[in-house]
Amino acid sequence: MSGNLLEINDLHVNAGDKEILKGLNLSIPFNEIHAIMGPNGSGKSVLSNVLSGNEDYKVTSGQIIFKNKNITELKPNEISNLGLFMAFQYPVEIPGVTLMNFLKTIHEANRRANGLEVLGPSDFLKYVREKAEILGINDEVLKRQLNVGFSGGEKKRNETLQLLVLDPILTILDETDSGLDVDALDIVSEGIVGMKNEENSFLVITHYKKLLDKLSPSKVHILVDGKIVESGGPDLAEKIENKGFESFN
Amino acid sequence: MNKKINKPSEKDFNNPYEFGFETDIETVFAPKGLNEDVVKFISDKKEEPKWLLDWRLDSYSRWLKMKEPDWSSLRYPKIDYQDAYYFSAPKEIEKPKSLDEVDPKLIETYNKLGIPLKEQEWLAGVAVDAVFDSVSLGTTFKEKLKEDGVIFCSFSEAVKEHPEIIKKYLGTVVPNSDNFFATLNSAVFSDGSFVYIPPGVTCPMELSTYFRINAAGTGQFERTLLIADEDSYVSYLEGCTAPMRDEHQLHAAVVELVALKGAEIKYSTVQNWYPGDEDGKGGVYNFVTKRGDCRGDNSKISWTQVETGSAITWKYPSCILKGDNSSGEFHSIAISNNYQQVDSGTKMLHLGKNTKSRIISKGVSSGSSSNTYRGQVNIHPKSENSRNFTQCDSLLLTGNCSATTIPYVESKNKTSTIEHEATSSKISEDQLFYCLQRGLDEEEAIALIVNGFCKEVLQKLPMEFAVEAQKLLEISLEGSVG
Repeated sequence: MSGNLLEINDLHVNAGDKEILKGLNLSIPFNEIHAIMGPNGSGKSVLSNVLSGNEDYKVTSGQIIFKNKNITELKPNEISNLGLFMAFQYPVEIPGVTLMNFLKTIHEANRRANGLEVLGPSDFLKYVREKAEILGINDEVLKRQLNVGFSGGEKKRNETLQLLVLDPILTILDETDSGLDVDALDIVSEGIVGMKNEENSFLVITHYKKLLDKLSPSKVHILVDGKIVESGGPDLAEKIENKGFESFN
Repeated sequence: MNKKINKPSEKDFNNPYEFGFETDIETVFAPKGLNEDVVKFISDKKEEPKWLLDWRLDSYSRWLKMKEPDWSSLRYPKIDYQDAYYFSAPKEIEKPKSLDEVDPKLIETYNKLGIPLKEQEWLAGVAVDAVFDSVSLGTTFKEKLKEDGVIFCSFSEAVKEHPEIIKKYLGTVVPNSDNFFATLNSAVFSDGSFVYIPPGVTCPMELSTYFRINAAGTGQFERTLLIADEDSYVSYLEGCTAPMRDEHQLHAAVVELVALKGAEIKYSTVQNWYPGDEDGKGGVYNFVTKRGDCRGDNSKISWTQVETGSAITWKYPSCILKGDNSSGEFHSIAISNNYQQVDSGTKMLHLGKNTKSRIISKGVSSGSSSNTYRGQVNIHPKSENSRNFTQCDSLLLTGNCSATTIPYVESKNKTSTIEHEATSSKISEDQLFYCLQRGLDEEEAIALIVNGFCKEVLQKLPMEFAVEAQKLLEISLEGSVG
């Protein structure tokens, strides 16, 4: 196995007839947090969707290698069960399905796909409560319908709970910080830092430096017009915060 | 008139419709076709009293003058009523006295269906009146029920043992002039269930009946009569599956419920008859008349149904709210896939003062199916301060299916109110992708979303039924990813 968890080689992606990603390269080793910053329309969300196998976008050339496996043609659920998780920018509502039921269903699907035994109801409840406590989510919230009537911040917190419960190998945070107030941002970022270990990595997509200050990424990449135009250390985020993306155009 | 039914082939067991098999049992048929002699044959076979034969013959003569209704949205080839058998019974068990006398092969059939009678007796505490074709096999827990004075037996047995009750109530909710299919049933009904709950008694267990259509070309004409006397309570479960058949099978059941003063009846159905194959071939035609009469003040009747089967469903479980302060409820989930056609709903007839009705209907359509909710709410001039609330939600899974909501609403009393809400939605690409990203495959994702959509109704089912129903929803929607 090579040192890299994720390897993206010369990735070209179309949305309809329009090319959005135009030869993107990116490597993420194990045990690292990488950030992608970029202006609106640069292709950040398309990148996270393509990595997750969203069939709305067409890969015209290039490869995505995850855990030494080419996942470019795989279905979203197959990619997910290999250990890739995307925290959505806009989490959907599923009426009638409680957060708890949803967590149980996805956790079971994930365990089965990986040949693991499914946890019994009481073990699972204990497991979820442990994770929920980290995020300050109580039982009442677990009983509510998934994201129905939740505020933007609460939805992001639910996303983070799913993340902690599934404990994936690669996590993509697609603007998870947008819509979060300062307190919620603290809780969510602490939760993420807490699950970080030698066997997983994170790709953080954001507009703002705030979240990056909490997560202290090892690398920051600047995405402009479908390409990584510059990569560097955390100081790159500082530069963006002060000067914007103008200088990269 | 004996006919040997072929053993099921290996192929039958591999069919997606997992209950598609027949049982190798000799069957006694009434002569094919329908005429006065056949009606007499049935009545004679069941050793019925003359008044009942007369009622059947009266029904038959009324039926001859009636026309098959054509107001529904259902489209099906004309039914040849002379090309069917109107009575069949498993030959070896014409008069079983206990389960021990029942052909072991029948028990085996139920085991394949996942309805082990023995286990149910001991584990679930449910008294089962199993109807195989047209004759009741055996009734369990009779002794326990007897202690409380509850009568739960086959309809034919009730005719013999409790003729006075049958005579008093039969046809008083669904008269034998009611409609084409109910009138046909009144002429040729074969058997069914009878329940009587004495005054003040809360029935100690959930009562349950399993129906099963088996013999080739046999129409099924079940008849259920349930009477809850003053201040009593009963919960009744009805569940059905049918084996695989190529030709259409006609089913025209009648269910009559009577709730006297202060009584409450909860009637739950899970219907999973053979819906036909992916091309719309085969499947059961289900024309059912179900009606409850809240005859006394403060009485309550609630219908809960999960309909996933049948090629054609024509069914409107209704409530007549006669007593003051009486209330009626209808909670329904209707799933249609492939070429299934559903035209179903309810009628709430408000006659008494301060009557309440509540209708929650969830329709899920997939494949090329059509799913119509047809409901009628009628508040009469003397029905003061009455209320109705109706909510109809449709969920479409594919582009080829259709969902229609047809509410008929009429209030003739100014102090009464009627509310109606209807929604129609599709599973969004966003919802699907979200679930897939979490590791569910498309079928699991759809099952989850559909279960969520139906939750309000599923919660109304008794526990043991809710789990079964949830599983059924998933089976019914298999292959519906579009």
